[in-house]
Amino acid sequence: MVVLNDRPWNMEAKAHLLNDRITPNKYMFIRNNGKIPEAIDLKTWTLKIDGEAVSQPKSYSLNDLKTKFQQYTYQLTLECGGNGRSEFNPPAKGNQWTVGAVSCANWTGIRLRDLLDDVGITSNAVYIGYHAADVHLSGDPTKEPISRGIPLNKALQEETLLAFKMNGEDIPLAHGYPLRLVCGGWPASTSGKWLNGLSVRNKVHDGAKMGGSSYRVPCETVAPGSKVEEDDMCIIESMPVKSLITAPKSGALLKGGKSLNISGHAWAGELNVSQVSYSTDFGGTWQNCELERPVNRLAWQHFKATINFPKTGYYEIWARATDSNGISQPMVLPGWNPKGYLNNACHRIAVKVV
Amino acid sequence: MEQNFQKQIKALTGMLLAFFGAIVVLIGGLLYLKSNPKAFNGPKKETIVPLETVAEDFDKIENGIHVATGFVADEHMELVVQNCTSCHSAKLVTQNRMSKAGWQATIKWMQETQNLWDLGLNEEKIIAYLSKNYAPKQQGRRQNLSDIEWYELEK
Repeated sequence: MVVLNDRPWNMEAKAHLLNDRITPNKYMFIRNNGKIPEAIDLKTWTLKIDGEAVSQPKSYSLNDLKTKFQQYTYQLTLECGGNGRSEFNPPAKGNQWTVGAVSCANWTGIRLRDLLDDVGITSNAVYIGYHAADVHLSGDPTKEPISRGIPLNKALQEETLLAFKMNGEDIPLAHGYPLRLVCGGWPASTSGKWLNGLSVRNKVHDGAKMGGSSYRVPCETVAPGSKVEEDDMCIIESMPVKSLITAPKSGALLKGGKSLNISGHAWAGELNVSQVSYSTDFGGTWQNCELERPVNRLAWQHFKATINFPKTGYYEIWARATDSNGISQPMVLPGWNPKGYLNNACHRIAVKVV
Repeated sequence: MEQNFQKQIKALTGMLLAFFGAIVVLIGGLLYLKSNPKAFNGPKKETIVPLETVAEDFDKIENGIHVATGFVADEHMELVVQNCTSCHSAKLVTQNRMSKAGWQATIKWMQETQNLWDLGLNEEKIIAYLSKNYAPKQQGRRQNLSDIEWYELEK
């Protein structure tokens, strides 16, 4: 794991550490905006639901949530909106993520829509904003480090969970213990950690990091380095198609043999991945990989291939996924944006056949 | 005179020892984290302490880098340390590259939304330090793969 920042905590996995089909806790990236809450008391922890569009505000204890609603488990892809930021030119401000701010763990909890049914929301509901127990870096108790959310249609999806468990056990503290909103396929900042409140809004939620250049990109594409007015920025929703070669680790020296097995994962936000190809000649030619179906909607899909190299030399293996709408990953950086989001350029590893 | 010299040597040796001690603690912490990635798993706060170890000799400069923070040693660095690292890690600064206007906008954003105080006359000096030592460089649309650690793949 690579630590990008230790106050607040931000760390990502190297590509080869993400080879497991289900991401284990130890290889899941951490992106925190504030300080991790301390002294969490499960007995007094409550989730308060309020906002303009609830019939009346209501609070639930953790025990209420765990006992009053049916629980579900889904494997859900969470990727940081800024994964790949380090490649943008001109450089974009923020933690300089490379490729490892993505994970696909099993999440267990209740459906947000079941909870909203129980609360009773009014017909003017538009957006769900979350509130959490983390502490602003400045220590100011009146400030929330981050308070983002999702539109109602995402909130009502079967897979949108209020989760208590990650990979079958209590969610680790750094990942949101004891309660996390989990919205697979969307920027992971929508999956609020340490959840203690939800606001059902009659407009787009206006919490911390919902405006400005945070988790937003120019509504119309712009030339690299452009200044973009606030009104011309749009909130990122579903993440774009992407893939990662997780085996072998970049830098493999192949002795004697000229065949190599590669494997990895591909994901496409709200969509499925329909094809993954690889190239060993910088995109000159592409060959198909074997691609599995997702274990459930919003889970990443596994691919593999056996490559036969024509002769010795330095090679780069490039992987390119295509989503169910026929959109493929670009080989170079996609559209520049002020904060360097949504870099889904092809992943590549280096190999030498000697 | 010779006694003075010996004193200086002694003082230097002491500083060096303290410095190496701090490095050992830091490496130990990193190794611990590497071999115990589960350090992040438990719901206990104290498990993430090892990385926060700070070098004992705070003023130590090595190869042009301020060891305790990782900042480039240059004029006005101390202002950056004072004003930028009380809320967040120096890593949030050193991993970024921005023009003068970019750093200025970042400071303005922190003042408007993150409770950063008025930097007064120091603002210009801080921006001068940042835009000189952490300036953007052209890297094109895709760079060569770098830092490849070659290894023999076992079949």
